[in-house]
Amino acid sequence: MSARRFSLCVNGVERFVDVPPMARLLDVLRHELGLTGTKEGCGEGECGSCSVLMNGELVNSCLVPIAQAGGASILTIEGVGEQARLHPVQKAFLECGGAQCGICTPGMILATVHLLGKHPRPTQEEIHEGLNGNLCRCTGYMRIFEAVEKAACAMESGAME
Amino acid sequence: MQKERIVGKPVFRKEGIAKVCGAARYIDDFSLPGMIFGATVRNAIPRGRVLNIEFGPGIPWDEFTVVTAKDIPGKNYIALINQDWPCLADGFVNHPQEAILLLAHPDRQLLPLAVAAVRIEYEELPSVHSIEESELQQTIVWGDDNIIKSYVMEKGDVDAAFALPEIVIVKGEYSTGAQEHLYIENNGAIAAYSERDGVTLWGSLQCPFYAHKSLLGVTGLPEDKVRVIQVETGGAFGGKEDYPSMIAAHAVLLAMKSGHPVKIIYDRMEDMAATTKRHPSRARHRTAVTKDGKLLAADIEFCLDGGAYSTLSSTVLSRGTIHSGGPYYWPNIRVRSKAFATNTPPHGAFRGFGAPQSLFATERHMDRVAKAVGLTPEEFRRRNLLRTGETTCTGQVIRQQIDLEGWMESALDHAGYYEKRARFDRENTDSLRKKGIGLAVFLHGAGFTGSGERYLNSLVGVDATAEGRVRVLVSSTEFGQGTNTILCQVAAETLGIDYEVVEMAPADTSVVPNSGPTVASRTTMVVGGLVHSAALGLKQTLIASGLLSEPYTSDAFQNAAKSYIAKHGALCSMSRYQAPPNVYWDDQKYSGEAYAAYSWAAYVAEVTVDLTAYFVTVDDFVALQEVGRVLNPVLARGQIEGGVAQGIGYALYEKVVWDRGLMMNNQMTNYIMPTSQDLPPIRVFFEEIPFEYGAYGAKGIGELPMDGPAPAILNAIAHATGEDFNAIPLLPEDIAERLAARTSIAKEMAAV
Amino acid sequence: MRSYPADYELITPGNLDAVLRLLSDEPGRWTAIAGGTEIMVLFGAGKLSARKLVSISPLSELREIFEDEDWISIGSGCSFTQIRRHAGVQRHFPLLAKCASWTGSIANQNRGTIGGNLANASPAADSSPALLAYAAEIELISARGTRRIPYEQFHLGYKKIALAADELIRAVYLRKCPADSFCYARKVGTRNAQAISKICVAATGKLHQGRVEEIRIGMGSVAPAPLHLVGTERVLLGAALNDATIAEARKALLSEVAPIDDIRSTASYRKLIAGNLLEELLREFAAWGDRK
Repeated sequence: MSARRFSLCVNGVERFVDVPPMARLLDVLRHELGLTGTKEGCGEGECGSCSVLMNGELVNSCLVPIAQAGGASILTIEGVGEQARLHPVQKAFLECGGAQCGICTPGMILATVHLLGKHPRPTQEEIHEGLNGNLCRCTGYMRIFEAVEKAACAMESGAME
Repeated sequence: MQKERIVGKPVFRKEGIAKVCGAARYIDDFSLPGMIFGATVRNAIPRGRVLNIEFGPGIPWDEFTVVTAKDIPGKNYIALINQDWPCLADGFVNHPQEAILLLAHPDRQLLPLAVAAVRIEYEELPSVHSIEESELQQTIVWGDDNIIKSYVMEKGDVDAAFALPEIVIVKGEYSTGAQEHLYIENNGAIAAYSERDGVTLWGSLQCPFYAHKSLLGVTGLPEDKVRVIQVETGGAFGGKEDYPSMIAAHAVLLAMKSGHPVKIIYDRMEDMAATTKRHPSRARHRTAVTKDGKLLAADIEFCLDGGAYSTLSSTVLSRGTIHSGGPYYWPNIRVRSKAFATNTPPHGAFRGFGAPQSLFATERHMDRVAKAVGLTPEEFRRRNLLRTGETTCTGQVIRQQIDLEGWMESALDHAGYYEKRARFDRENTDSLRKKGIGLAVFLHGAGFTGSGERYLNSLVGVDATAEGRVRVLVSSTEFGQGTNTILCQVAAETLGIDYEVVEMAPADTSVVPNSGPTVASRTTMVVGGLVHSAALGLKQTLIASGLLSEPYTSDAFQNAAKSYIAKHGALCSMSRYQAPPNVYWDDQKYSGEAYAAYSWAAYVAEVTVDLTAYFVTVDDFVALQEVGRVLNPVLARGQIEGGVAQGIGYALYEKVVWDRGLMMNNQMTNYIMPTSQDLPPIRVFFEEIPFEYGAYGAKGIGELPMDGPAPAILNAIAHATGEDFNAIPLLPEDIAERLAARTSIAKEMAAV
Repeated sequence: MRSYPADYELITPGNLDAVLRLLSDEPGRWTAIAGGTEIMVLFGAGKLSARKLVSISPLSELREIFEDEDWISIGSGCSFTQIRRHAGVQRHFPLLAKCASWTGSIANQNRGTIGGNLANASPAADSSPALLAYAAEIELISARGTRRIPYEQFHLGYKKIALAADELIRAVYLRKCPADSFCYARKVGTRNAQAISKICVAATGKLHQGRVEEIRIGMGSVAPAPLHLVGTERVLLGAALNDATIAEARKALLSEVAPIDDIRSTASYRKLIAGNLLEELLREFAAWGDRK
């Protein structure tokens, strides 16, 4: 089937792409929109490297055909924070050593943003479950768990200010 | 200890901000003008002749660039230790998933369809797929005897010791499976070629100069016409040591033939099926021990499954052989080791490099020897652990002030070992959830084995830019372990300047000297040491020039560097490896100083074995190690925790399912690594004894944590169940098969 | 990615009627895609044979959970996240909430739907054992109308289901049972998250004067399709939960299950664990009875 036009709101900006309807959201983000912060690790929804938020929900962008993302609001790692103004989650990952090789990091950070949106002060179990679709081969997750707790504290005190 | 400003501090990862922002650029994030895409056609059979290749219908073949072995301008092998590993199979294949031909096309998504449309006819020949089949030598698939490499390492008089009266002899056989690296970033490379500039290769890789060497051979180009650049690399663990040279060569061949830059990115299924894994192993131990538990002699046979080509197997075997004795004093020991060829994709480097295999056997065996002489695991070890002044199994004198007994005791304390061991023994009887606690004590040699570092002859530089910033010039790469951060810390500390002023020069063979491969836990200790001395040289140059005098600020240093460069054109200091004194190694007898330094560790695992589903859960994990000076506590913890997690996977989850050399579970959904819900708290403790010849006292750390988890966990399972399991990965199916007959449920079943 | 996107068609009619009309006009030619957690995996691996796909994920008609005094109905397009968080499901059908929480990962639960899970017809489907234990009914809809059948009649064999070419799953119906029922569920997977089950079981039951008055057990990954353990239940009904009964039940179970060796486990392990889980559930059932 030939390309069709789809519109989606990515990191707050309306974007249009002309692609086949089965094009994966992951490929649209990376190849059409140049947002290469979203990574492909497995292409089967197992590793979570391609995690983005779609209408506020965590999804694996490798499993979303673009036709199902038409009109949706997408948050990718590029929309979470900037190098000069890090999001508290990004800052916590940096401080706690939550990123090693960094390839799972964008997805892991989006999963954390999603988790803290649902559970602002997550329990250990909620943290472990909230990141269960994001595989990390470097850290053994311990530094990541610490980063999530630190981010939760930072965001809570930030919210009170 | 002098007061340091930067070393020993948890400074942030150099490239950390780029990583948390998604701005770090990995190989698949790059694109070049006119770039097209490459893919690899591979064989399905384990061994045989290629009779015919047919390009099937439905594909616009005239649009494709096709490369076969005939298109190789230079030599058809990937240069490692030997020259037996073909870049492209030329009429004969020795394992499934061997590369036969290469395709390139501008439409990336068309390539998988084209690969599937190539039909290859074979004449299949007999193949071998295990150490056992290979050692029978009924089918010869490599050399004259299937033996890629063998060693004999001997100390003392082993046979005489076994002939002594009043001794106890304990035998055992242990085996370990293949393990997939499962870096989350798949392999990939981009190649560009022009007659004027030659070849440029960008890749996800550990060792730029390994790829460089292979490309020289494959292209036949002179050194200055081959340039390799490592880009941000999303995990490696040894898996991007040798195989990236293959992908580099493939991308280069396609680029040379097509006239376009070519990108090859493996998908997960291809990466898992085609690239290297950890060597499977088998170890047979025969141990002579006195009745009061003093080790007298070991007679060990250690074998690896090397796969179809020799690649790195001889060095993996070497490290495995030397680590076979563990951290014990052996008056007599003999290790006979062999790496066998099989028709499996070549096994390669993986964190630990042979040591996790041989130490699994040794540490599991020591628990069994302890039991045989009626001692607890910790008491038996107490009587035999190496002490300062004693010799290792290669005859290397331990000069460092070590306290293995104290460190073991400390790990046991952190784990609450004694109380738990007693409590579990009491409470297990009536429970379907059996608890156990187990121990492993081990060592890991840092740097290349034996004369390896001397042969590497590493060269490192530190220079300054016109802006007065300092650069570290090394071919040592960052792939998550912290190379960038640690080496910049060392340089900044040595130069007395701010960490922020120091950066890494790009890992580009046209820019940096060859500081050796990024492997073998050598980067911090060996390369860091060279960065230290190069930085000292730079500082001395500046001071000698009169532009700088101590004490100085970071700004003053930068200004002085700027002035120096304005006056002299460049400011650079190089440092070449020099072996520490008294380092002597005999490659023939396998004796002497095997490693400049060993790191030491005692790990304790607590497990629950659920006798309903025979599922093992690791409930707590204590990892205590002495790694010399810890240069960055956050990064060091991260190394240990990550290594322990891989070790837990190695022990309990990660099984490669083979069908005649072909990996059948080559998907993340079927090759099971631990998720965030599968790991215990991993509690990390460091003992720090500065090592005189390492950077600021550091020794190696990266591989060490891979060695201990598997034996500690299986020792804990033996404690929980009373049953010896001597093979990993140990899956619930394996435990069920053995234990089912002994549970009350099954007894009732039998009674029905 | 091993498929060529332009070879595939994917359309998104705006409402259920339009989808049903399409299915009825060209029966068998269109495959519904909801959350994509199965179909997109096949697509990525180059193994998706269906070339014409119709998206049903935007259909709000399929995404609601209704609750009245006696029933809860769950639209086929409800995600596992929606199901596990729904107060009524949590209160009345805790096994289903539990099974939903075991499915895939958080991201997969956000996308994966109960309808997709059932239409995929895997013997390892996470929601099946709970639906069998609750005697769920399943409503199928087509341009011809709707029909409602017991869920256990939905599976006809390996990857075979009672869904006509022009039909969609519309909803799952669960009849509320008395609050004082016993319930049990356990999944044995390859790991604690993102695991395909090696074996999965769910059960509900009632005791009367120490004897089994009602029991329903559903089991996954032990037969070509999710299995309602009718024969085992027959042994248990009316019996006291003692060692002899448990042994009888294990024996009956072994005559009902027919697991296989596959890439994730072995037939002999599955048989053994099926028996162990049955025993565990019956002992918990007995202990539950004693506490009451």
